[in-house]
Amino acid sequence: MRRFTWFNATSLTVGFAFLYLPMILLVIYSFNDSKLVTVWAGFSTKWYGELLRNDAFLDAAWVTLQVAFVSSTVATVLGTMAAYVMVRAGRFAGRTLFSGMIYAPLVMPEVITGLSLLLLFIGIGLDRGVFTIILAHTTFSMCYVSVVVSSRLVSFDRSLEEAALDLGCSPMQAFRLVTLPIIAPAVFAGWLLAFTLSLDDLVIASFTAGPSATTLPIKIWSSIRLGVSPEINALSTLMIAVVAVGVITASIVTKRSALRQEADQRAAERA
Amino acid sequence: MRRLTLILVPYLWLLALFLVPFLIVLKISLSDTALAIPPYTPTLDLGAGWQGVKDFLSQLDLENFQFLTTDDLYWKAYLSSLQIAVIATLLTLLVGYPIAYGMANSPDHWRPTLMLLVILPFWTSFLIRVYSWMGILSGEGYLNQFLMWTGLISEPLTILNTPVAVYIGIVYTYLPFMILPIYAALERMDASLLEAAEDLGCSRLQAFWLITIPLSKNGIIAGCFLVFIPTIGEFVIPSLLGGSQTLMIGKVLWEEFFNNRDWPVASAVAVILLLILIIPIILFQRNEQKQREAEG
Repeated sequence: MRRFTWFNATSLTVGFAFLYLPMILLVIYSFNDSKLVTVWAGFSTKWYGELLRNDAFLDAAWVTLQVAFVSSTVATVLGTMAAYVMVRAGRFAGRTLFSGMIYAPLVMPEVITGLSLLLLFIGIGLDRGVFTIILAHTTFSMCYVSVVVSSRLVSFDRSLEEAALDLGCSPMQAFRLVTLPIIAPAVFAGWLLAFTLSLDDLVIASFTAGPSATTLPIKIWSSIRLGVSPEINALSTLMIAVVAVGVITASIVTKRSALRQEADQRAAERA
Repeated sequence: MRRLTLILVPYLWLLALFLVPFLIVLKISLSDTALAIPPYTPTLDLGAGWQGVKDFLSQLDLENFQFLTTDDLYWKAYLSSLQIAVIATLLTLLVGYPIAYGMANSPDHWRPTLMLLVILPFWTSFLIRVYSWMGILSGEGYLNQFLMWTGLISEPLTILNTPVAVYIGIVYTYLPFMILPIYAALERMDASLLEAAEDLGCSRLQAFWLITIPLSKNGIIAGCFLVFIPTIGEFVIPSLLGGSQTLMIGKVLWEEFFNNRDWPVASAVAVILLLILIIPIILFQRNEQKQREAEG
């Protein structure tokens, strides 16, 4: 049993203070009454009201959610297929190129991905807007999905699938009834990752958006370049709150399901 | 048949939206700047058949790359990106290692919570995490207010819009990428090795240096690459925190494209940036592979 030593407790406290203090300050000062962000002038929620009346932000938020939902869903389908190909399809012509194209976007600087996609869209005469952002986000996030899903597929016991096939399932049925339920947590984790990456992306969206579509990060970017603003603090607080609630809920749910699985396993062993 | 569809759909998607765009960048980097839409020549005229392709190829040249060597803005930006990335990676290691160490040596029932606390910022908007430092580091920001209140300084420090702010921003945003692999390595470590070393006469510091550090080497290497590679092409942090003093190549590319509208030069910058990144990426892949093989 390890216990906190003086050194460990200090490094953890200082480390987590460093990680969380900036965000805590942001949250506190979003309730500041003053227009001057760094001067405290009493508690107020007026910036939240201001934010909710600001149509430009609301529109951008709506566009961002649509883009994130569609792109992460398509990316999950494509990424899961790609993971299946990587782990299961065996050898085929161009396999090296395929795995290269899966891993390269993960390390590609965003400015290059954005620039190259923009040049493609212009080259083929595609009008830039929501659709092009969705294409761009789907492309890079499907690679993240496929990495997450393939790590689950590698550790997956193939004999379960073979058993299903022996018992008369078609390959599609075996996938739907056996494989998918087992890899489902990884697929969901991949979707969530893709969704967050899309919500968060500024650089690639700026290149591929064109004048007709504005996402929330682009909107935030254009207003914070001029300096700190209390409205952005309020917006940040809302976004931090959503993420915190989401991540904590997800971790509780996974912990519960892990416990349930353990209990099932023990019951199975007893029987 | 089904197998073919399964392979072709993601394959064609990636070819069309990853590889082809990159070839276009390569092509435009070899083209000339023009005052037209699109702002470069030549454009490939497939209607003219083989002659068109030949004309097109004959007009490509390395002029833009030569231009990059003549204007010292570019190589300065490359060098300073490398320098910033190296220093920031080391700083992140210095900050991240003690946290990972503390996590790995904390009581078992604390670890899931600590893990959650490290991952939580990772899910939070990158832009907002960088933004949060603007209010802290500015002239009348919280840090200067605090330091003046304690009486340590009498004049506000200039931190925002300097390289120092960029280092802080990088360490802050990339810290989870450093902590997680090191934590994973340290957590697997057998604590009895340290006891053995101490029994054999090592001081705790010696035991740490001779046993803990080498055993967490793979985690350190992985963490350093995970910070170093994305930092090189970073755009948001130098733009928000670095001001005009800080030169980084991602920012130069952005400005070349959006402000100067010089697409061929922006493309040439992108090609060289990628060439610089290839070496660390290959080293990183090798390291990962070695680790996977070692784990069997």
